[in-house]
Order: sequence, then C-alpha cells, then structure tokens
Amino acid sequence: MAIEVRIPTILRTYTGGAKSVEGSGATLADLLADLESRHGGLQGRLVDDAGLRRFVNVYLNDEDVRFLGGLSAPVKDGDTVTVLPAVAGGTR
Amino acid sequence: MRYDSLLDSAGRTPLVGLPALSPAPDVRLWAKLEERNPTGSVKDRAALFMVDKAEKDGLLAPGATLLEPTSGNTGISLAMVARLRGYAMICVMPENTSAERRQLLEMYGASIISSPAAGGSNEAVRVARRLAEQNPDWVMLYQYGNEANARAHYETTGPELLADLPEITAFVAGLGTSGTIMGVGRFLRERVPGVQIVAAEPRYGELVYGLRNMDEGFVPELYDSSVLTSRISVTSSDALRRTRELLDLEGIFAGISSGCALHAALALAAKARSAGERADIALVVADGGWKYLSTGAYAGTLAEAEARLEGQLWA
Repeated sequence: MAIEVRIPTILRTYTGGAKSVEGSGATLADLLADLESRHGGLQGRLVDDAGLRRFVNVYLNDEDVRFLGGLSAPVKDGDTVTVLPAVAGGTR
Repeated sequence: MRYDSLLDSAGRTPLVGLPALSPAPDVRLWAKLEERNPTGSVKDRAALFMVDKAEKDGLLAPGATLLEPTSGNTGISLAMVARLRGYAMICVMPENTSAERRQLLEMYGASIISSPAAGGSNEAVRVARRLAEQNPDWVMLYQYGNEANARAHYETTGPELLADLPEITAFVAGLGTSGTIMGVGRFLRERVPGVQIVAAEPRYGELVYGLRNMDEGFVPELYDSSVLTSRISVTSSDALRRTRELLDLEGIFAGISSGCALHAALALAAKARSAGERADIALVVADGGWKYLSTGAYAGTLAEAEARLEGQLWA
C-alpha cells in the first residue's frame, strides 16, 4: 500500500505525463519530499519558504490540508492526496 | 406576506428540515431555500447590497453601465436590479455555461460578452478586468472582492439562520466568491461558540483547471481561511448524486451546487453520529434546478448525467 497523489494537468510535465503517482511518508511534507526524489522539480512548484504556494490547493481524502495542519498534516497508506490549482471555478 | 416591491421581498427565506436525509433524531440537517429570492438564487442578496453600496458611494448615476464577470446567478440578479434602477448591464461569462442563463440575462436586458471556456471563471475575471481598464466609465462591482457581498450575508442570511435555528452546530455553503460563507461564517462565529463553518468546493473536470501556469491561479479577495473550520472538495459525481437525493427524498428541486453542499453536510452528519454528538447542520440551497435542465443533470442514469456535465461549469 502507498499514498496515491493525483497531479493536475499543468504539473504532469514533472511526472512524465502521469495523472497520479505514488509515494510514502508520515506527513504531507515527508510525502512531497519522497515524490521529489523521483519527480524532480515538483516540490518547488507546490511549496515555497512560507509553506504551500498561494494558488496551490492540496486535499487529503477530499479535505483541504490547510485545515488539517498544512505540510504537517499526517498522512498514511491508503490515503488519496489531490493537488489542484486554485481557480475561480463556476457559476458566480 | 406583503412587500412594497419585488426588491423589498429579497431574503427571509424558509429554513426547512431534511427529515429523510438526517441520520438520527439528534443529528439533523436543515436547508436554507435561497431559490425563494426574487430571481431565484442566493445572489439577489449580494447584488442588492452591492448596488445599494455603489449608489450610496456615488458611483452609479442614472444611465450608468455595470460590468461583471459572472457565469450566471450574480449576473441575473444584477441584471434585474439594473433594469429596475435604470442601469445598463454587461456580463462577461465563460462560453461553457448553460443556455438558460444566457436567455435569462438577455431577457432582463443584459448584454453578454463571452470568454473562452478554458480557464472557466478565471478567464472571465481577466477579460472583465481588461474591459474595465479600457472603459473607465463602466462600473465593475466585482463580486469576488466587494465587501458588500459578504456583508449582505452578515446582515441578513446569518441573522435569519440563527433566529430560526438557535441550536445550530454547523453551517455549510458552496464556495464561489466566498461571500456567503464569509458573511454567515463571521456572524455565527461571533455568536455560537464551537460552530463549524464548512465550505463545499466544486471539483470540475480538467478543462476548468487548464491554466497555462500555476501563477495564473485565483483566490477571491473576499476569501479569509480563518473564518472556516474546514473545506471539502466535492466531485461532480457526488454533487449530482446528492442533488438527486434532495429531489427523491425531500422533494427539493435544487441546482447542482446544492448537492455539493449536501455532500459535505452529510459527511459532517456522519462524523457527529459516529462520535455520538448532537448536530444541527444548516446548508444553503443556492438556487433551483431550472437553469440546469439543459445540462441533462436530471435525466437518465447518474453516469450519463456525469458524462454530459464533463467540461461544464455546474456551480
């Protein structure tokens, strides 16, 4: 078992076009560091010195990680992590 | 109930229990029926407050032109208010929005400028900003950053909810401009210790996230994460399924964003249930289903409806 990480279209250049990749770690920060070892450059697009980048949203099992501890959010095998750009969305 | 005019009848919408969807007698769901507003959506509240504010600030003289990036409800609300108050209205909307909305806007006399489908409302905001620069005499109320949008809910929706449901433990609303959840959220947090404020965010198909780079992302200026206790991403499939449950189990014919809010509310209800806690969870039914009939959301199997919805903006 591992943690599935879903990657948005515009970041798939870092995953060889893959829509989702797998990784491991005890926290979101660990997981991103683990991904970086196989998908160089990805981490820097998601995180800066202040934490998650402003226009990056990361969901742990569909809940925004910013309300679960951010980069310190605990993750475990079987979880699904979804990365999405922040957009204005739909029908306002 | 009697009102001096249609505009005076905005707000004071019913809060109805959802007995069939509520999991237990002490874990209850309640729906705030915002389609009972003058043009049939929650946006009438924000539109009225924003126009009143602009008039008070002297931004709108008779014959003025309003410009707004909107793919639907806000545009329809603003177009109605504009027509009654003697303003012209121009909406910038993505081309992948439903036919009903265009017809409603045109009916109220608004002009429509289409923005490319790719990039969704992000692109509409960008186009509207460019037009505002080129036409300095047009007035862009800008729902994503206009404090009167959130204040409408702080002053009306929030107090209505608390009056009808003093025992409220959680509030759930869809996340768009964030006006509803910011306004209601602030109001409730000041008065109800421990209240949960949960945003239900639509997750679209890939087309809508088709930015050219991450720096083109968008967070509404009104959005303040400190008002929320949680934010849930809801897929089209879950939103559609819940929209149909609202209809099948409670008789409520709602728009798809209401299914999105219901999905998050049911997750909260399930958590409360398994923790053995009581809960009274209010969610916003932002509009009725009428404007989404042509999307095919209500016909055939869920899988068929989901396929038809791919690439469309449904909330």
